[in-house]
Amino acid sequence: MSHGLTLAVSKGRILVDLLPLLAGMGIEPAEDPETSRSLIIPARGGALQLVIVRAADVPTYVEYGAADLGVVGKDVLLEYPGEGLYEPLDLGIARCRLVVAGPAGGVECAAGRLRIATKYVRTTRRYFAEKGDQVEVIRLYGSMELAPLVGLADRIVDLVDTGNTLRANGLAVLETIAAISARLIVNKAAMKMKNLEVKRMLAAFARAAGQGPQLSSEGGAP
Amino acid sequence: MTVEDRWLLPEGVGEVLPPEAERLEALRRAIVDLFQSWGYELCVPPLIEYLESLLTGTGHDLDLETFKITDQMSGRLMGVRADMTPQVARIDAHRLKRETPTRLCYLGPVLRTRPSGLGGSRNPLQIGAELYGHRGVESDVEVVCLMLETLETAGQEGICIDLGHMQVFRALADRAGLDRERNGLLFDALQRKAMPEIEDYLERWRVPPEIARLISALPEWNGDAQVLDVSLRALSGAGREVRAAIHDLGEIGAQVRERYPEVRVHFDLAELRGYHYHSGVMFAAYKAGQGQALATGGRYDDIGAVFGRARPATGFSTDLKLLVGSAAATDRPRPSVFAPWPTDPRRTDPRLTDLIRRLRAEGRRVVCGLPGQVGGAAEMGCGEQLDLCDGQWVLNRV
Repeated sequence: MSHGLTLAVSKGRILVDLLPLLAGMGIEPAEDPETSRSLIIPARGGALQLVIVRAADVPTYVEYGAADLGVVGKDVLLEYPGEGLYEPLDLGIARCRLVVAGPAGGVECAAGRLRIATKYVRTTRRYFAEKGDQVEVIRLYGSMELAPLVGLADRIVDLVDTGNTLRANGLAVLETIAAISARLIVNKAAMKMKNLEVKRMLAAFARAAGQGPQLSSEGGAP
Repeated sequence: MTVEDRWLLPEGVGEVLPPEAERLEALRRAIVDLFQSWGYELCVPPLIEYLESLLTGTGHDLDLETFKITDQMSGRLMGVRADMTPQVARIDAHRLKRETPTRLCYLGPVLRTRPSGLGGSRNPLQIGAELYGHRGVESDVEVVCLMLETLETAGQEGICIDLGHMQVFRALADRAGLDRERNGLLFDALQRKAMPEIEDYLERWRVPPEIARLISALPEWNGDAQVLDVSLRALSGAGREVRAAIHDLGEIGAQVRERYPEVRVHFDLAELRGYHYHSGVMFAAYKAGQGQALATGGRYDDIGAVFGRARPATGFSTDLKLLVGSAAATDRPRPSVFAPWPTDPRRTDPRLTDLIRRLRAEGRRVVCGLPGQVGGAAEMGCGEQLDLCDGQWVLNRV
C-alpha cells in the first residue's frame, strides 16, 4: 500500500468543481477523470489518488476505510445514517438547494396525507416530521418532476440548482429544506493512523476552498 | 419461502465455522488466561435482564440497540444485552459489594438491533475487563495496558491508541449553558467533526464567543502529545476539571508509551464515542488498514450509582470474532491421527481402543473411521494413521 491518501469522489458536478480546487492545491490527476475509464486515478506527485465511485457510495467507501477521504454532497450525508465518519470541511462547491416543490399554480391536494416523491427518503421524513406533518413518502430514483404531473405524488423533494427543470415541468419551489454543498469527509481510523498527512491535506483543502486558517494547525501550532 | 431464504442468516448475523471456530476458541482461552493472570475474575452475566437494569444510567443509543421482549412471567419488558459493561457494573455495585479494588472480566454473545460499531456485526462475541474501586490514571493505565496485551495475544500488530476525555466536552457544554437536547445535537456533530454544523449551532444558540471559540476548536485538537499543550493553553480559563482531564491524558499516554514504546499514542479531544455512560478518559485501539476501532473502553464512574453504590470504574471490551477475523490467519490444521475401522468384521479390537484412549489422554487428536465411510486418513485431514502391523497397532505417517 502506498503512503499517499485515497480520495473517493463521484463523477459529475462535484468532480467538475473539485478539479480546479485540486489544481489550486498543486494536485493534478494523471488522467482526466471525466473521460478516463480507470476507476483508480493517481495524482502526479503521489500524495493522493482518486477513486471514482457513485455519489451515494462515497460515505460507504470512507466509513469502511476503503478510501481515507471523500468528497460528497451534504444531501448524500443527510441520507447516510450514523456517525461513522468525520465531515470537517464544507468545500463550498457544487452548491444547490434541497427543496420541496409542487405544481406552480398551488393547486391544493385533497384532504389527507400529502404524497411526496423523492430519493431523499430519510431527510424528507425527518423534515416533515419536524414540521408536524404526517406524509406518505414515495421512493423514486430519478425524474422526480414527472411524479406530480402524472398524479403519482402531490409534491417532490429534490435538489435544485437553477430551477429550470422545475419550471419546464410547471413546478415551483415551495420550501427550502437545506442549502447543499460538497463536504470533505474523513475516515476515522485514517484521521488517527495517518494524522499528519490527513491534517496537511485538510489544511490544503481549507486554503483552496478559501477558508482561513481554520483546521490548519499541524499538530496544533499556535 | 424459497430454498435460498431457508439457509440465509439475518443481516449482520454471523456464524463461525471450522477451522476459524477453533482459532476463536483458542484465542478465547488465551485471553481469559491472560485476564486471570492479571487478577481479573471471570463472571457470567445473564443473556437477558429486565430492561431497567440493563439500561439505567446509559444513554439513548444503547436503548435503541437493545432487542426487547415481554417476560411472560411478570409482564415486564426484558432486554437482550447489547453491551455487557452495565451488567458487570451492576454485579460489582450490587452483588459483590466489596470495598477493595475489584477486577472483573467477562465474555459472551451480545445482540444489537442494528449493525454498528466493531465490524458491523449484530451478534458480536464481546470480551472485556473492568476495574472498579479506583479513581485515578493508574487504573486507566492498567486497563489500557491489558487491552494492548489482549491485542498482542490476538496477534494484532502496529497498534495506535486513541485517547480522549469526556470531561472536556462536558465542561464546555456546561459553560455554554446547553440544555439536554442541544447537548445531544452538539455531541452528535462533534462525533462527526462536522465543523459547518458546529459553527451553525453555536451561532444560532448564541453561545458566548469565548466559549464558542473553544468548542469549535475541539475538533482540531487531535494528534500527538503537542495538542495537549496547545489545548491546555487555550483552555487555561476553562476550570480546574478540564485542566486535570488534559493532564490525565498526557500522563496516561506517557505511562503507556513507557511500557509499550512500539505503540503509537494519539490524542483526540473531540472523540466522544460510547453510549453516553463514559465520564472520564476514553480510549480505542486502531490498526493500519482497519477502518474501524479494534477495541474500545474508558472510565464510567457514575454508572454504579443507579444500582445503589457509585464506584469509580474503568474498562475495555472488544469483539472476539473481529479479533480472530482480522488476525493474520495461520490455519495449520491440528495434527490428527486416523484410526480406521478394523477390517476384521467380527468385533472391535480392545488393543486399538486402548491405544486410542491413551493417545487422546496424551492430548493427541484421534479421529475414528466408520464402517463403509467415504475417504481415508488424508481425506479426513489426518497426518498419521494407525495400522495393524504384525499383530501390533502402530502409528504411521500418511
